Amino acid sequence: MFSVFRDLIRYNAEFAIGLVLVGLVVILAALSFVSPVDPTAVYRAPLDQPPSLQYLFGTNSRGQDMFWQLAFAFRNTLSFGVMVAIFSRIVAILVGLVAGYVGGWVDRVLMFINDIFVAIPIFPILILFYFVMRANSNAVLLALLMAGFGWPYDARLIRSVALGLRFREFSRQAVFAGMSPVKIMFHEHLPYVMPIIFATAMANMIWAIGLEVTLAVLGFTNLNIPTVGTTLYWANNHSSLVVGTWWWIALPVAIVVIMFVGLFLLAVSLNEYIDPRSRLRRMGA
Amino acid sequence: MKSYLLFALKRLVQFVAVVICGCSVAFFVSHLSPISPVDTIIAQVTGRSVADPAAVQEMRRTLSELFGLDVPLWQQYLNFLLHLFTLDFGPSLMAFPTPAMSLIRIALPWTVGLLTVAVIITWVIGNVAGGLAGYFQNSKLLRAFGIIAIGIQPIPYYVVAFLFVIIFGFLWPVLPISGGFAMNVTPGWSWQFALSVIQYSILPAGALVVVGIGTWFLGMRALVSNIISEDYVTYAELAGVPQGRIVGSYVIRNALVPQLTSLAMSLGGIFSGTVITEQVFTYPGLGSLLVNAVNNGDTGVVLAISCISIISVAGAIFIIDLLHPLIDPRVRAE
Repeated sequence: MFSVFRDLIRYNAEFAIGLVLVGLVVILAALSFVSPVDPTAVYRAPLDQPPSLQYLFGTNSRGQDMFWQLAFAFRNTLSFGVMVAIFSRIVAILVGLVAGYVGGWVDRVLMFINDIFVAIPIFPILILFYFVMRANSNAVLLALLMAGFGWPYDARLIRSVALGLRFREFSRQAVFAGMSPVKIMFHEHLPYVMPIIFATAMANMIWAIGLEVTLAVLGFTNLNIPTVGTTLYWANNHSSLVVGTWWWIALPVAIVVIMFVGLFLLAVSLNEYIDPRSRLRRMGA
Repeated sequence: MKSYLLFALKRLVQFVAVVICGCSVAFFVSHLSPISPVDTIIAQVTGRSVADPAAVQEMRRTLSELFGLDVPLWQQYLNFLLHLFTLDFGPSLMAFPTPAMSLIRIALPWTVGLLTVAVIITWVIGNVAGGLAGYFQNSKLLRAFGIIAIGIQPIPYYVVAFLFVIIFGFLWPVLPISGGFAMNVTPGWSWQFALSVIQYSILPAGALVVVGIGTWFLGMRALVSNIISEDYVTYAELAGVPQGRIVGSYVIRNALVPQLTSLAMSLGGIFSGTVITEQVFTYPGLGSLLVNAVNNGDTGVVLAISCISIISVAGAIFIIDLLHPLIDPRVRAE
């Protein structure tokens, strides 16, 4: 597992760049743990200061130091993305491995449900969720709901791999050796789908964060918790572009783009690693 | 022909299942929550003034009846499913007593028009450019396009929409940035109105196209670069088949099959993007109506829009699935 990552960093420029970009954002988010400021407090700093040595990212119209504000925002946003990715991975692995290994009518039923979930547009349902929950909604509930819609595409991918593994020699041997189906799925087959799980987790995080930001920009989340979306919401709310406090919008957008490009490069390079044909082409064969 | 009908029938079953399941999720999300719309409205009303308890009780009863909440949940659910077939979602609150559905009927054409035009432009340009980039891998222009696509592709819809507003609204004001048509034009079947609608839709549609195009370009390029190493392509090249024909009907047509499938799968996501884009450009479509309804606490309209968008997205997927056999003859034999 670790040697794979070492090779990827050494030979795959896209993976290395992606890792650096995501690493930068993670460092910014990690800095929030040593933050001297309370992210929810307002009017603690001079208003509308452009970026300077004292205020690295400037201050906003609510009297907050943007550097620490963004550190907290990215911590919350990143952990939200990770939460959705983990929850939805669990469902995707369960459905994918079971459908692929058991097959038959179990497979058909699971894939039927799968296709239904692919087709349901999640955005109206998320807005409906906010609409009925209002202040009662929190990040974990929202993450669970999003994860409930984020698994089907990846479950199908995992199933297609598990389908192929089922007829391999070692699977048969495991069956004849008396291994239980559960053990075969999770001890023998799971390692094979691990690269897919990592690659799709990155794509899933981009999806989840994009949705969260979209909801927050519209004002449909808890606006007191700093996230990338709520930062943009408050910037719009104080018409920062008209007032001229461009850094209030430009900085979160720039960092979010850095993070998305980083995650995307990681997903793409991992995908390329999974597909042996493109790996061969890279080696010049 | 018979197998195609069977295929269509299977898809129809899927379509109905998606609509029923999706709308049921919407129904239960809106009904199983700890907060009832009735309580919310009563809290809003009594928060502003002192009210007589008997009057509050009376109001609660009337509101429950209006929302159909005076019967047990399973019966509410059955009523909801029955009304779903006639697209009757009860009255709207913010425009009482207009039915929620007539508000949607006004907004729906805007969204459908914007979405259809943007999706078709994005899909065609992205796939053709991606296909060419996959086939002519040495072209500098197409390579540069690929790098730009990687940079733009992960940027969320609202960021591009904002950038468009800043660029074309403040820095270089050449195109209208808000609304669906000019104020001084009366809606109707006239050239003036049509031109105005097109002019006002350039920016929102442009934002949707810019965000979407990268995904198709990169996906198509990857597919094509796998296909060109297939034996039948090499054989066609050696046999002297004209290059245009190899690219068009040997390579791109084969790669279009999975791209059509992923178009169907990504429609839900594109719809979400349209909602936010409409909001940024105050385009008079479903997205703006949805945001308005949420801000006004209009349960009927929010639930109705959720169901209508589920039905429309599922319907679009159904149509795309039916188109499948046109480009992939193997589907007919399935």
